[in-house]
Amino acid sequence: MNIIVLVKQVPDTTEIKLDPKTGNLIREGIESIMNPDDRHALEAAVSIKESMGGSVTAVSMGPPQAIDVITEAMGMGADRGILLSDRAFSGADTWATSLTLGKALEKIGDYDLIICGRQAIDGDTAQIGPQVADHLNIPHVSYVFGIDEISEERLVVRRRLEDGFERIETPVPALLTVIGELNTPRYAVVGRLIEACGEKAFIEIWNAADIGCQTREIGLEGSLTHVIKTFAPKFKRQGEMLEGASGESISALLGKLHENRIV
Amino acid sequence: MTVWIDADLCNGCKRCVKACPYEGVEMRDGKAHILERCTSCGACIENCKPKAILTDAKPKGIPDFSDRQGVWVFAEQRGGALHSVSLELLGKACELAGSLNQEVSAVLLGSGVENLAETLIRHGADHVVLVEDPNLAQYRAMAYATVFEQLIGRFKPNILLMGATHIGRDLAPRVSRRVAVGLTADCTELTIDPDEKILLQTRPAFGGNIMATIANRYSRPQMATVRPGVMELKDQPEKKGDIIRETFSISEVDIKTRILEIVREAEKTGDLSKAKIIVAGGRGVGDLQGFKVLENLAEILGGQVAGTRVAVEEGWVPADRQVGQTGQSVRPELYIACGISGAIQHRAGIVNARYIVAINRDAGAPIFQVADWGIVGDLHDLVPEMIRQLQNEGGMNA
Repeated sequence: MNIIVLVKQVPDTTEIKLDPKTGNLIREGIESIMNPDDRHALEAAVSIKESMGGSVTAVSMGPPQAIDVITEAMGMGADRGILLSDRAFSGADTWATSLTLGKALEKIGDYDLIICGRQAIDGDTAQIGPQVADHLNIPHVSYVFGIDEISEERLVVRRRLEDGFERIETPVPALLTVIGELNTPRYAVVGRLIEACGEKAFIEIWNAADIGCQTREIGLEGSLTHVIKTFAPKFKRQGEMLEGASGESISALLGKLHENRIV
Repeated sequence: MTVWIDADLCNGCKRCVKACPYEGVEMRDGKAHILERCTSCGACIENCKPKAILTDAKPKGIPDFSDRQGVWVFAEQRGGALHSVSLELLGKACELAGSLNQEVSAVLLGSGVENLAETLIRHGADHVVLVEDPNLAQYRAMAYATVFEQLIGRFKPNILLMGATHIGRDLAPRVSRRVAVGLTADCTELTIDPDEKILLQTRPAFGGNIMATIANRYSRPQMATVRPGVMELKDQPEKKGDIIRETFSISEVDIKTRILEIVREAEKTGDLSKAKIIVAGGRGVGDLQGFKVLENLAEILGGQVAGTRVAVEEGWVPADRQVGQTGQSVRPELYIACGISGAIQHRAGIVNARYIVAINRDAGAPIFQVADWGIVGDLHDLVPEMIRQLQNEGGMNA
């Protein structure tokens, strides 16, 4: 089974702070990591390859330094890596991104399964998976947390719902977006990492011409949505501090809650 | 091809060959020649002194969308039960439609679900677009996307809103790609720009660290998803509306996927997004035992327990109890934050709480900036004290 995994390099958002004066993001010193859900996608792909044979190709779109996540994916067991990198790709919304990824996947061809993380922690949109599937006109299943059956023709997966789950059968080729519950990702193997950093590593970098895109269809120019403004989240509250010993402060609090008919 | 060479003007200087980032120009018989690799980026045009490179590319303009009318809401139902987010969205849709002087439609897909139309109307729908088919009984992405594609082609709506549920977040991107429109996920605010009359979509980004307002000027319908609990439900019992029935032939072959089984897992605790009172704990709670005390308080108040990302990662509360940007957004009447420092990711999930109480040992904790009432102290003393006082009150009332 030939599997393509979509991976993204993201800033570690748990480390992001806002400049208290300007309200801007402080990006300096923020580590770039492989998007957490994508690690689970890779784990799923590599373990399927181990049991069924075939290949795993890791594909990422990003600036040149995003090669790091491709290298890491190779370290975890991917056989081939492709980085889509071009200044013309930058500033893309999910429409333009899914078009770029879709064109790249069409060029790779010969895939049975595409696996990606449910969402990336920098954008949290969860849109790329279903959009890429639609571009390729193949079925998708999102929020996958279990793969019950898999053969060369079809698979049965478990999709997480808010109050339970559904078991879905889909023919291949198909696209899955997976959540952390699916598995425990393995660590990259040092030997493979070193190999992936070497001259002979099976890693390619593709630009817009390589995937047959017109620059006006992609990146900021090809995007259908545009950010008009950004601002720091505002929180407006009364902010009254209740003081005194614990008995007093709690009784003051309950007084407030009763006064406002909350309890 | 949108870029070509006027061979008569080309002086063979090769500047374009050097300027092309894509190796898309080569020299043939002393003249430049554009190859298939050309991406029409225009880099060569700027570098051509004799102006021998021509293009028919025009600057991107905003199309005329005056024929696009109506605010649509996807009426999400499972097993004949409407999701509350759809009703919340109808309330918002009424507001948006009001500023545009347009109408609100709820789009209801399923089998034997006509009885839900009444509920949709009294929550704001002027029309209920009803598509019933046995193949639509259960949500399946391909089937629903195909129906939406055809409905959008037929009715040309201006705006389409869906709940950011596991179904909405599955369907919306598929529909948006299918009909070639932009889509903004998990919006917390939707307004109409008074001048341009476009939908302004505000959403958190970078884990809730920053808010971004996004517009969709180039395509219709303007699509957005909104999380449950973010918009306010408005019951309008006197509201009148009608049902528009549409039929499509949807073949099982085109749908591709098959649902073998739907398993409802017993809810150990109620739905957080509907809770009136939430007692939440973070790192400061310290251990599982600490959460037992919070549960006790929640029980006395008739509320529910929730936790931060840390509390979930420590295994103190299950993942479906997580509040915040990566968890759920909640809008209870009262949110009691115990031992929660108030990282922005967490605060993003509680902005819609009516009242927030913060209990934390650190007077400088950011949670106090968003609290209505704060107590600096040890929650391990304060929470049991609160339980004691509430029990005493109960005793006096009885």
